[in-house]
Amino acid sequence: MAVMTPRSGGAGTRLGRWMRERLVLGLGLVVLAYTFVPIAVVVLMSFNKPVSEQSKIYKFSGFTLDNWKNPCADPAMCESLLRSIEIGLLATVVSTILGTLAAFALVRHDFIGRSSSNLLIFMPMAAPEIVLGSSLLAMFVAAGLGGQLGFWTILVAHIMFCLSFVVVTVRARLAGMDDNLEQAAMDLYATPSQTFWRVTFPLVFPGILGAALLSFSLSFDDFIITNLNSGNTTTFPMYVWGVSRRTVPMQINVIGTVMIVLSVTIVLIGELRSRRRRPA
Amino acid sequence: MSQVAEPNQQRASEDAAGAGGGSGLRLRALTKEFATFTAVRSLDLEVPSGSFFALLGPSGCGKTTTLRMIAGLESPTSGTIELAGRDITHAKPYQRPVNTVFQSYALFPHLDIAENVAFGLRRRRQKDVDEQVRQMLDLVELSSQSRKKPAQLSGGQQQRVALARALINKPEVLLLDEPLGALDLKLRRAMQIELKRIQTEVGLTFIHVTHDQEEAMTMADTVAVMNGGVIEQMGAPAELYENPRSTFVANFLGQSNLIAGSVVSRSADITTVDMHGIAVSVPANRTHTDSDRGWVGIRPEKVLIGEVGEQLDAPGNTIPGGVVSDVSFVGVSTAYLVRMPWGQELQVFSQNTGRVRIFAVGDAVELSWRPEYAFLLDHAQDASAGAAL
Amino acid sequence: MTRKRGKTGYLLVIPGALYLLAFFALPFYSLIATSLYDPSGSDFRGYEMTYAFGNFVDAITDYWQPLLRSLAYGGVATVLCLVLGYVLAYAIAFKAGRWKILMLVLVIAPFFTSFLVRTLSWKLLLADDGFIVNTLQFLQILGDDGRLLATPVAVIAGLTYNFLPFMVLPLFASLDRVDYRLIEASGDLYANPITTFFKVTWPLSLPGVVSGTLLTFIPAVGDYINAELLGNTNTRMIGNVIQSLFTDANDYPAAAALSVILMTMILALVLVYVRRAGTEELL
Repeated sequence: MAVMTPRSGGAGTRLGRWMRERLVLGLGLVVLAYTFVPIAVVVLMSFNKPVSEQSKIYKFSGFTLDNWKNPCADPAMCESLLRSIEIGLLATVVSTILGTLAAFALVRHDFIGRSSSNLLIFMPMAAPEIVLGSSLLAMFVAAGLGGQLGFWTILVAHIMFCLSFVVVTVRARLAGMDDNLEQAAMDLYATPSQTFWRVTFPLVFPGILGAALLSFSLSFDDFIITNLNSGNTTTFPMYVWGVSRRTVPMQINVIGTVMIVLSVTIVLIGELRSRRRRPA
Repeated sequence: MSQVAEPNQQRASEDAAGAGGGSGLRLRALTKEFATFTAVRSLDLEVPSGSFFALLGPSGCGKTTTLRMIAGLESPTSGTIELAGRDITHAKPYQRPVNTVFQSYALFPHLDIAENVAFGLRRRRQKDVDEQVRQMLDLVELSSQSRKKPAQLSGGQQQRVALARALINKPEVLLLDEPLGALDLKLRRAMQIELKRIQTEVGLTFIHVTHDQEEAMTMADTVAVMNGGVIEQMGAPAELYENPRSTFVANFLGQSNLIAGSVVSRSADITTVDMHGIAVSVPANRTHTDSDRGWVGIRPEKVLIGEVGEQLDAPGNTIPGGVVSDVSFVGVSTAYLVRMPWGQELQVFSQNTGRVRIFAVGDAVELSWRPEYAFLLDHAQDASAGAAL
Repeated sequence: MTRKRGKTGYLLVIPGALYLLAFFALPFYSLIATSLYDPSGSDFRGYEMTYAFGNFVDAITDYWQPLLRSLAYGGVATVLCLVLGYVLAYAIAFKAGRWKILMLVLVIAPFFTSFLVRTLSWKLLLADDGFIVNTLQFLQILGDDGRLLATPVAVIAGLTYNFLPFMVLPLFASLDRVDYRLIEASGDLYANPITTFFKVTWPLSLPGVVSGTLLTFIPAVGDYINAELLGNTNTRMIGNVIQSLFTDANDYPAAAALSVILMTMILALVLVYVRRAGTEELL
C-alpha cells in the first residue's frame, strides 16, 4: 500500500477545492436568484412614482407610497381582483371536493372503468391550455351559449382544470399512507367511520389542503383558458393583459407584492409546523 | 426497564385470569386461499390461555396470514376461530378482544405517544383513561416521552409504544407480528427479555410470529414450526430441538447432520440402522419413519471427535475414516467439517474444554455419538429442507 | 393494499368523472366537430357540418410558420429549463443540507405572483434602454442599436423563466430519491465526477427528466402570453393565432382545426419521446 501524500499543500489548491465543492451549490443559488429578478422588479415598481398619470413609459422614475395607500385607484382593477378571488374560491371548493372523492375511489376502491377514469383525469394535464380553452369555447358555442360567456363559463372551466391537479395531489398523499395504520385503528376497536375520521382523514388532510391551495393559485392565475371563455367578464389576469397594451397602473405591482408575501408566509408556516413534528 | 407499578401488575393478571376462562384460542381446519396459492392449509391449533406461543417459520410459510386471520384483518376461506369458547371467525377486527403489535409498529404519526396508547380505550369509552395510560407508560418506561410524536422516538422506543398501545386494552390474546424485526441485534436481545418479563407479569396470552428460531426458542413456552401453510411440529422448544420429526424442523431449528441409512431391525425401544456399512441405533421414540430407508440425524454438538484409535466417551459405535476438511475456531467451541469415507461432510461442534486438542485440516479423525441423541427421519423428505432459510 | 369492491367506489368517482366527461371529453369532441364545419359559416349564420377536412390542409398551409416556431421556441426553452433546472434541483437535493426545504419554498414562491405581472417585469428588464441591454451593449455583445425586447431571444427567455418550476420540481423529486452513497460509490470505483454524472446520476434521474421536460414543453408550446408581451409580429406562436382566430376573426373551424393539429402533434411527440426515453409511467 502506497503512502498517501496530498498532491499539493498550497493554499491555492485548498481554495480551489473549496470552490469546487461549492460550485454546484453556487450555480444553484445563481439560478434561484434569477427566478427572483422579476419579483424584485415587481416590489420595486410597487413604490414607483410614474412620470405622469397617462405616461406609457414603464420604468422606475421616483419613490412613492401612493400606490400602497391607494390600491384601488382604478376601480376596475379591484373589481377584477375580487372577481378572481370569488371564482378562485368557488373553483377551489368544488374541485377539491370532487377531486378528493375521486382520489379515494382510485386508490382505495376497485371498480369497472378504473383505468379509463385514471386516463380521463390525467389527460387535461397533458393538454396545452389553448386546446382546453378552445375545446370549451367550441362546446359552449355549439350549445348556443356563445352569447352567455362570463362568470359561470369561467367557473366551469376553472373547476375542470383544477380537478385533475387535486386528484393527483390527494392520490399521492393517500398512496403514500401506510395502510397498516388503518388496520391498527380497527384492531384498536375503532369502527370504520371512527377509523376514517380519527386516522385516515387527519393523515390525508395536509394533501387536501395542499390541493386546495394549488387549485386556488391555478384558478387565480389562469389567463389562456379564461380569455377564451370569459365574454365580457374581466378577471385580474385579464385586467393586466388589457392594461399592458395601454398604461400600466403601478397598483398591479402592489397586488403582485402582496401575493408573493402571502404565499411565502403560508408555505413557510406550513413548513415550520410540519418541521416541529419531526425529530430535532 | 425493571421496576413495575405494583397495583397495575396485580390488576392486569387478575383481569387476564378472570377473562381467560381457561379455554384459550382454538383454530379448527383454518384455511386461507388467495387467487394464486394457498397460504394456510386446514390448520388446527390450540393455544392455552396465558401461554407464550410462537409461530415460527420462513417467510411465506403462512404464519403472518394465520396471525391476520386471528386479528380479523383477513377472513378465512374456511374453518373456524374460537376464543374463550366464542366463535369469532367472522367478527370484525374492532369487535374481537385481540390486539396486534404490528411489524412496522403502525403508530399514528399525527397523535402523540399518550394518545396513541389511549386510542383503544377511547374507542371503547373507558373511564380514567389518563391514569391507565400513565401506568402503562410507566410499565414500558416511556412516561417522560408521552407528549412526543412517534417520529421523535427511536426504533426501540417506538416498539415499546406499539406494545403499550396493544397491552393497555388487556386483550384475551396479544398478537406480535415480527415485533423485533426492525431492531438491531443488541436491542433485539434486550427486548426479547423485556417482552418475556412483561408477558409473565401481565399473564396474557401472547402469540408471537417470527422467522428467528433463536428468538422463538428463548421466549416461547410452546413453538409451532410452520412450513408451506401447515404446522410441521409443535412443542416445547427443547423437545422440538432434541427430537425433530421432519428434515425441515431438523434443519430450520439449528443445524443437523442427516446421513442416509437403511433400517436393519426394529425392536420395542431400538431401531438399528445400517449407515454406509456401520450399524447405529436410534431410540424407538425418536424414530419417525416406517419405511426401510431413512435419514439418521445428529446435531453437530452431539458428535464427538477424536484421534484414530482414541477411546471416545460414548458407548455408541465409532465411525472411522474421517478427514478434517475445514476448521473454524469460534472461541467457546470449534466447528469442524469432517469428510467421511462415503464422501459426505459432517459438521462437528467441539467444546473447547482443553481436554481435546484442536485438530487441523487434513488430520485423520474418528467420530462417535451417544445413540440416545440420534433421530431417524423419513427418507422421502428432502434432506436440505429448511436448511438455507 | 387490497382495493375494496362494491358500489362505494362508483359513488366516489362518478361526480368527478362525469364532470370531466362533460367539460373535458365532450368539449374535445366538440372541438373536433367544429374543425370539420363548413368554413364559410359564421357565428351569426350558424355552422354546417360538411366534414371539411380541407380545413386542416388550409390551416397547415396558412399557419405552418407559427406552428413550427412554437415547437422550436418550446423546444429551446425546454432544453434551457432542463440545464438550469438540473443545476438547481441537484444543488437542492444534494448540496443544500438543512436549507433544502427553504430553497424548495423559494423555487415555488415567485410563481405565486401573477404570471402576467411577472412577464410585464421582464418587459421592463429587457427594455431597449434597460440595464440588461445597456450592459450587453457596453460589453459589445449587442450592437449599439441591438435590442432584446421584441426578439425571439426575449420570448424564449420569458418561456424559460415562466416554466422553470415545472422542470425543477419533478427533477428534485427524482434526485431526492437517489441514494447519495451511490454517487460516492461511483467515485470510489474510479469514476471521475463527469463519468459519475453520466453513468450514475443522470440515468437515475431519468424519470424526473422525462416528466419535467413534458411538463415544461407542453404548456410552453401552447403559450402565447410571452410571445405577445415580449415579442413582435414575427415571433407569433400558434397560441396567438388560435386565440385571434377565435376572438378577433371569429373563424371557428380554422381555429378548431389548428387546435386539433397542435394537440395531435404534441401527443405524437410525447409518445415517441416517452418510448425513446424508456419510461412508460408519466406521473
